[in-house]
Amino acid sequence: MFWRETFIVFRRQLRLALRNPAWVIIGLIQPILYLVLFGPLLEPIAGQLGAQNAYTLFVPGLLVQLGLFGALFAGFGLIAEWRAGVIEAERVTPASRTALLLGRILRDVLQLVVQGAVLIGLAFFFGLTGSIPGMFLGLLLTVLLGAACAAASNALALTTKSEDVMAPLINSVALPVLLLSGILLPMTIGPQWLQVVSDFIPTKYIVNAIRELFTGEFLTITVFWGVLWTLVLFAAGLWVGTRTFRKENA
Amino acid sequence: MIHARGLARTFAGRGRGAEKVEVKAVAGVDIDVDEGEIVGFLGPNGAGKTTTLRMLTTLLTPTAGTATVAGYDVVTESQKVRRSIGYVSQSGSTSPEARAGEEIVDHGMLYGISKAQATARGKELFEQLDLEGLWTREPKAMSGGQRRRLDIAMGLVHDPTLVFLDEPTTGLDPQARANLWTHISDLRTRRGATIFLTTHYLDEADALCDRILVIDHGTIVASDTPDALKRQVSGDLVELVLSDASRASEAASVLSRVADDDLAVSGATVSARVRGAGHEVAGLIRSLDAAGIALESLEVRRPTLDDVFLTLTGRSLREDA
Repeated sequence: MFWRETFIVFRRQLRLALRNPAWVIIGLIQPILYLVLFGPLLEPIAGQLGAQNAYTLFVPGLLVQLGLFGALFAGFGLIAEWRAGVIEAERVTPASRTALLLGRILRDVLQLVVQGAVLIGLAFFFGLTGSIPGMFLGLLLTVLLGAACAAASNALALTTKSEDVMAPLINSVALPVLLLSGILLPMTIGPQWLQVVSDFIPTKYIVNAIRELFTGEFLTITVFWGVLWTLVLFAAGLWVGTRTFRKENA
Repeated sequence: MIHARGLARTFAGRGRGAEKVEVKAVAGVDIDVDEGEIVGFLGPNGAGKTTTLRMLTTLLTPTAGTATVAGYDVVTESQKVRRSIGYVSQSGSTSPEARAGEEIVDHGMLYGISKAQATARGKELFEQLDLEGLWTREPKAMSGGQRRRLDIAMGLVHDPTLVFLDEPTTGLDPQARANLWTHISDLRTRRGATIFLTTHYLDEADALCDRILVIDHGTIVASDTPDALKRQVSGDLVELVLSDASRASEAASVLSRVADDDLAVSGATVSARVRGAGHEVAGLIRSLDAAGIALESLEVRRPTLDDVFLTLTGRSLREDA
């Protein structure tokens, strides 16, 4: 029952997304632009940053950016649906509230998988080399992070019910998180104070873990922390999301 | 079908400044609706109509009181309630960019019926609700009346025995409203459904409902048939327009012999509430004639539900509408 309901919601969301693929395409083009326009700048200094291959440094950062930004904006679609009465109509059916949320998150997850795969595939043409299983694991961490963000974004959407409240809120959180995660350049090259501040940003550990996975190192303390933080964020995101969807009057 | 006792809902709100105040949206209502009835829930905006409806449809948990809907408790057996009822909210039910047919099939499937069944049922409803040929149409390309009928089809896809309609005709033009009324009363004749609808239009309640519950400030102030409610108002309104305004006071004294209430003179117009005006009018005309007072026109108006509302609450429904 639960999975059937989840699938019905997922299929409906996917259908709507594919019918108007502008956002899917914009989400895809953004990391590609980074890859094409910023990647070459990193190549000559990759050695100084302690990486053998500039793209094992850069692609993991872009993956996390995709997971964070793409998914955090997922909630905007939900506000439009709420305004159209769709959420209320779904909530008056006997379907599980968690299924209503999960079906939506799965659409975002699928989109993220496709975007991430395209990004990694394209990076090979630019000279990415590294561990293929590591890349798969890196993509998996990205997807879990994305699912957490999508759930949180949906929860926020259902709580604020206003694009005007949500947009500045997400932007003011996402940008510092993005910068302090060392997505473009590793935080290790920064001054002491910046490193200390970034120690409080969970996604920094995830970016670092994915970087090590890409180079084929699996059983390191960095990977351990990255996986742990991913799982913590994933659980927290789903918990907040489900709680909001179950809450009455939402 | 519906039995509610002391059903109440308070919201935590904020007063002036930061102090917390409790807002009583619904202050304990008793509601009984029998199978096959069409019951109208009438009241101005903010009277607690939608809040009550959301409690009865399991979307909102009551803060006090109990309710059974279609035989199940709204709090402890909410799943079973949801399976038995259809709810058509005032905000719509479909995405503007989706296709009507897909929306109704998905909606049916969320109720647990198979895709084939949902499709068959959806097509049948499209036919009954004059939506033929709109199966692949996007709701954003539909007229207001079509969209509202689509919402109703969505609410009926799982064959509920009890249907809740929240302000079904708000925002529709008069023709679309009259058309929708036919469809709503068809629901009962064709399917034996029980219907509970909210409205702040008096003509709508008058045209559709067997019984009317009047709610004001979160309490039910009256519950009766439209006719019985109208009888509570003391009589029909009799309005005389005289040819000669200077005879108004004389006409008023003639009218006062049969009048019960509200005797008023304004220029050449004299009016009063007269119980059973049909009976009295012939005698009234004879008396006026005998006194030599010529009439421009005479009008007898049955009380409207607006008059009822005014009598019950001291306010006109229109002020808030």
